[in-house]
Amino acid sequence: MTAEEVVGRLRSGMTIGIGGWGSRRKPMALVRALLRSDVTDLTVVSYGGPDVGLLAAAGRIRKLVAAFATLDSVPLEPHFGAARQRAAFELVELDEAMMMWGLTAAVHRLPFMPVRAGLASDVMTVNPELRTVTSPYGDREELVAVPALRLDAALVHLNRADAHGNGQYLGPDPYFDDLFCEAADTAYVSCERIVETSELLKDAGPQTLLLKRAFVDGVVEAPNGAHFTSCAPDHERDEAFQRHYVDAARDPEAWREFTARFLSGGEDAYQAAVAAFHGEAGA
Amino acid sequence: MSGTDTTTTATRAEYCVVACAEAWRDAGEILAGPMGTVPMIGARLAKRTFSPDLLLTDGEALLIGDVPAVGAAPGVVEGWLPYRQHLALVTTGRRHVMMGASQLDRHGNQNISCIGDWERPRRQLLGVRGAPVNTLNNPTSYWVPRHSPRVFVERVDMVCGVGYDRAAAAGPSATRYHRIPDVITDLGVFDFETPDRTMRLRSLHPGVTVDEVRAATGFALHVPGEVPYTRDPSAEELRLIREEIDPRGLRDREVRA
Repeated sequence: MTAEEVVGRLRSGMTIGIGGWGSRRKPMALVRALLRSDVTDLTVVSYGGPDVGLLAAAGRIRKLVAAFATLDSVPLEPHFGAARQRAAFELVELDEAMMMWGLTAAVHRLPFMPVRAGLASDVMTVNPELRTVTSPYGDREELVAVPALRLDAALVHLNRADAHGNGQYLGPDPYFDDLFCEAADTAYVSCERIVETSELLKDAGPQTLLLKRAFVDGVVEAPNGAHFTSCAPDHERDEAFQRHYVDAARDPEAWREFTARFLSGGEDAYQAAVAAFHGEAGA
Repeated sequence: MSGTDTTTTATRAEYCVVACAEAWRDAGEILAGPMGTVPMIGARLAKRTFSPDLLLTDGEALLIGDVPAVGAAPGVVEGWLPYRQHLALVTTGRRHVMMGASQLDRHGNQNISCIGDWERPRRQLLGVRGAPVNTLNNPTSYWVPRHSPRVFVERVDMVCGVGYDRAAAAGPSATRYHRIPDVITDLGVFDFETPDRTMRLRSLHPGVTVDEVRAATGFALHVPGEVPYTRDPSAEELRLIREEIDPRGLRDREVRA
């Protein structure tokens, strides 16, 4: 598939889960394609990074379900911060582990999962819809019932995949990408390189096969498709470009220039503009 | 230069490192979860000296088997701890994390989410992150590199990390594994070892006065009659900090001299 075809299957108002973590292995080529579409009014579920920032800046998010948004080496995501400070979207602010258990509940087709996390914190206050459950066993513990985070669609980026949707990560952390795909009615994977199924285990063990094709509906080959987030071991985070993104995000005029230069064309144009950016920096 | 007289010349940052290291004394075989440079140096110092059983991470998904300098790659990897296993490990209790705090109140409630009204914050910060799961499941200490009334406030704007009063009000499920052993700042070491579980000054870093701490704290702090000074680093500890763990002096960027 192409990124455009993936986005063609998304609709305004959907709940979309985005894999990766912070500024790490985010499906940025798919997010950029989403930005070029007119899909909007989204509920986004994410361990947030620049995916959240870009979609927030473009006004595509109606509701965000997240525990944070960060660029890792830059602690605060500037567009996320600015959007929150103008109350641009509704926020369901959950703890990191609550997110994990909400996705897990969705995978298991359960309405909720009981967790200790959240009790006594303002996560309960700012999410008045959250309920607690009492253990039916002798301990009678009262725990938070984290509701299932069922998704209409999931977008993730991996190192390798075959054309059938078997996805492989080669970096140190799977993040929660398989949970996102299994919690979703449809899941789309972009990858650095599509390979033959027989090639998947040429240089790596079977435990790197994170995604099963039964839970994947489309595969997009998108080299450097996580840019500017990291996609170890294929590439590290592009810190210089991330810094440029942060600087641009802090000033409306600079952000218009950034958008015109990097986000107005297709993915090929983006990658060419990034190469030119580094050519200038190196000159 | 001989190593014996360096003790008297320890910097404030080095006192902070030693105070952080002490948080993991007698911790046993658990994961040290330092957030921030000084706690990271402290955890590594603890492992190199009095707490050799500690587990350390590379800051990503690996448990490291040696103690490299801060910022250097590990030479030995002894385990794998991706985020989802890390979150699960928290609930086993086999971790003592030292988090940052944008705001902290006298009961130990911590905020890293936002400043001002949550609906429309004056300043959006990181978000609640893992503070709720941390504080209810494993010991959670705090590191504040710049002790000020803006951090130590009467009421935090959003309770992310749970304090003693909130845990008690929520009941036994919340208090069962809840513990805040230490708050360490550039001025001193604090705990909640009072009958009403409010913040108490445990030690002052040398050169700091009680009045200074009181002026930098936005609530009435419990101050015992006698307040000791934070212990001096030993000559060997200073050598480890300066030559092996933090040869680039990153600690001085986090703590003013």
